[in-house]
Amino acid sequence: MTKLLRVVSPDGKYKEKDEPPLSEEELLKMYRYMMLTRALDTRGMALQRQGRIGFYVPSSGEEAVQIGSSFPLEPRDWIVPAYREQGAALLRGIPMAGIMAQLYGNEEDTAKGRQMPNHFTSRAAHFVPTSSPVGTQIPIAVGLGWAARIRGDNVVALGYFGDGATSQGDFHAAMNFAGLFQANTVFVCKNNQWAISVPFGNQTGTNEVAIKAQAYGFEGVRVDGNDVLAVYQASKEAIDKARFGGGPTLIEAVTYRMGPHTSSDDPTRYRDEAEVEKWRKKDPIVRFQRYLKEKGIWNEEMEVEIRQEAEAQVEEAVVRAEKRGLPSPATLFDDVYAEMPWHIKEAKEAFLEYLEKS
Amino acid sequence: MPEMNIVQAVNSALLEEMQRDDRVILLGEDIGKNGGVFRCTEGLFEEFGPDRVIDTPLAESGIIGASIGMAFYGLRPVPEIQFLDFIYPAFDQIVSEAAKFRYRSGGEYPCQITIRSPYGGGIKGGHYHSQSTETYFAHTPGLKVVIPSAPYDTKGLLLSSIRDPDPVLFLEPKRIYRAGREEVPEGEFTIPLGEAKVVREGADVSIFAYGAMISQCTGAAEQAEEVGISCEVVDLRTLVPLDIDAVLDSVRKTGRVVIVYEATKFLGYGAEIAAILAEKAIESLEAPILRVAGLDTPFPYTHENLYLPDAGRILDAVEKVYSF
Ligand SMILES: Cc1ncc(C[n+]2csc(CCOP(=O)(O)OP(=O)(O)O)c2C)c(N)n1
Ligand SMILES: [Mg+2]
Repeated sequence: MTKLLRVVSPDGKYKEKDEPPLSEEELLKMYRYMMLTRALDTRGMALQRQGRIGFYVPSSGEEAVQIGSSFPLEPRDWIVPAYREQGAALLRGIPMAGIMAQLYGNEEDTAKGRQMPNHFTSRAAHFVPTSSPVGTQIPIAVGLGWAARIRGDNVVALGYFGDGATSQGDFHAAMNFAGLFQANTVFVCKNNQWAISVPFGNQTGTNEVAIKAQAYGFEGVRVDGNDVLAVYQASKEAIDKARFGGGPTLIEAVTYRMGPHTSSDDPTRYRDEAEVEKWRKKDPIVRFQRYLKEKGIWNEEMEVEIRQEAEAQVEEAVVRAEKRGLPSPATLFDDVYAEMPWHIKEAKEAFLEYLEKS
Repeated sequence: MPEMNIVQAVNSALLEEMQRDDRVILLGEDIGKNGGVFRCTEGLFEEFGPDRVIDTPLAESGIIGASIGMAFYGLRPVPEIQFLDFIYPAFDQIVSEAAKFRYRSGGEYPCQITIRSPYGGGIKGGHYHSQSTETYFAHTPGLKVVIPSAPYDTKGLLLSSIRDPDPVLFLEPKRIYRAGREEVPEGEFTIPLGEAKVVREGADVSIFAYGAMISQCTGAAEQAEEVGISCEVVDLRTLVPLDIDAVLDSVRKTGRVVIVYEATKFLGYGAEIAAILAEKAIESLEAPILRVAGLDTPFPYTHENLYLPDAGRILDAVEKVYSF
């Protein structure tokens, strides 16, 4: 088994020599974003249950992976996400209002309400549009990182995917290309132990993901995905290495999907509550909080302030989203091509005529 | 006779066929303990165990490719693709392999697999849980494509598909999975592939459709009746092979045609029917053939109801061909 990297133990203890060189301010920024992600997920699920949005994909339990791995990125770098990366989206600078507009699919959504919730996108944030098909994003992350290498740019692409995705052909094609062409790409596998109802043990004959990198000629590392500093450390090294021509790295972040797969899923059908309970005790936010407390940069008052601030940010975005209307139906026909061909023009005219009439 | 919805009809067909024929095995994502994300395989894992109801790794190409090999060995695999939108990693295995084995082996390697997959919109699923891309597959010689619209047909057609010596893509209209129940026989009962069904007789306009669009069409036909237009609704049920006689019989009677499908209009299944009618029944036609279909855009999220054909749009087309 590849050694599991860890900086902070579950009770918040750490060795000074293992700590990454992060300032107090940076540490607190990480914490704030983890809390913000949790607040968004809690609210997102509630909004779905109340029928105010159609669907939601919670990322609870995976905040450390998202924040730790995207924290070292620079604005010119790219994220190629799966559908459970709202924390990384926020940290990359997609505003909460934009996140909420996407969840509501309203007129303020930059993607014009075309994608189901959690499929975030932002050109400005270099956050490539999320897709539902599992695994398709991985070769795309290679293309971005490879192009940077061809152009001699010190730019990195970071691709996210789940443990289930490692079974897809696209994962293996991506790894092979990246290894051969030494793409400036960092692969982050969020091994959250489940692919809907299929446990990781039934996904592959290897008992880990990291080892697969060996077959493609580059390094695979395993990191405690509930330890944000360990994830940060491994990601920082991999990102720096990719940036300066050292080639790709596969990071397996061992974590846990604490909630259902999506708002449509009922995990009690296939997994034991005892297992969930066991992992809930390893909550990445609690762990980081203990660490910050150990370091003397956390107290109850601050906790309340951070939580309230996160909740207020979410609340404000909800209020705003609910005031917005739907995108105009005419926009349905935009962006299929750069220039609208005759048959779409005709379809649009007939459609608008019919809408007017009915 | 028990009453069932489409999910239960699928389940009943699988259960009975697995009891009858121990070569029948199921493969797919989340079909075991979880019973399938739509619960079509509920209880089957408990009944038949992990060697016959297999939760596979997340790889559609693996699911279909392995099914083909199993079929050669003599098993009768019935793989499930969780959503039709996710079938593409297996596209190569389906169109390059499964569909062509019989032909390229001079008939020595038939490929008896039935791929089940939910298709179509209306569940707020956005681009990738809504599409209706049957035409990609119907366009491939060697592959049969079956789409039921009601529980009774679902069971009879699924049993025929599993027993059919050719590869079948069996598409289930997920939007109406639980929409209604009807009596479905238990025990031996099949509906032959390649036979359409007239679900409503009429004299003025023929409406051809399949799957989840049938109920929209009968709804439109009822409204048309009120304004004095008599519509015949024909449920094609099998897209390949098409029941050409049923189509021609209806058109010879009415002379006016509306074809309804929720796929993108351009090059959808309706284009083929229109072309066939132009070739074989031009003398019967009294009006242009109209298609009511999905918009020529990717499948949207917020405005899916505007994308999908509904009774209003169908009625509009019916009135146009009627008053031509
Ligand atoms: C190609 C494809 N097949 C099936 C699905 C349905 N599906 C959505 S998510 C999922 C499980 C993904 O598991 P994993 O890669 O571990 O990511 P996680 O959801 O755990 O974050 C499945 C089977 C899909 N979206 N795409
Ligand atoms: Mg997973």
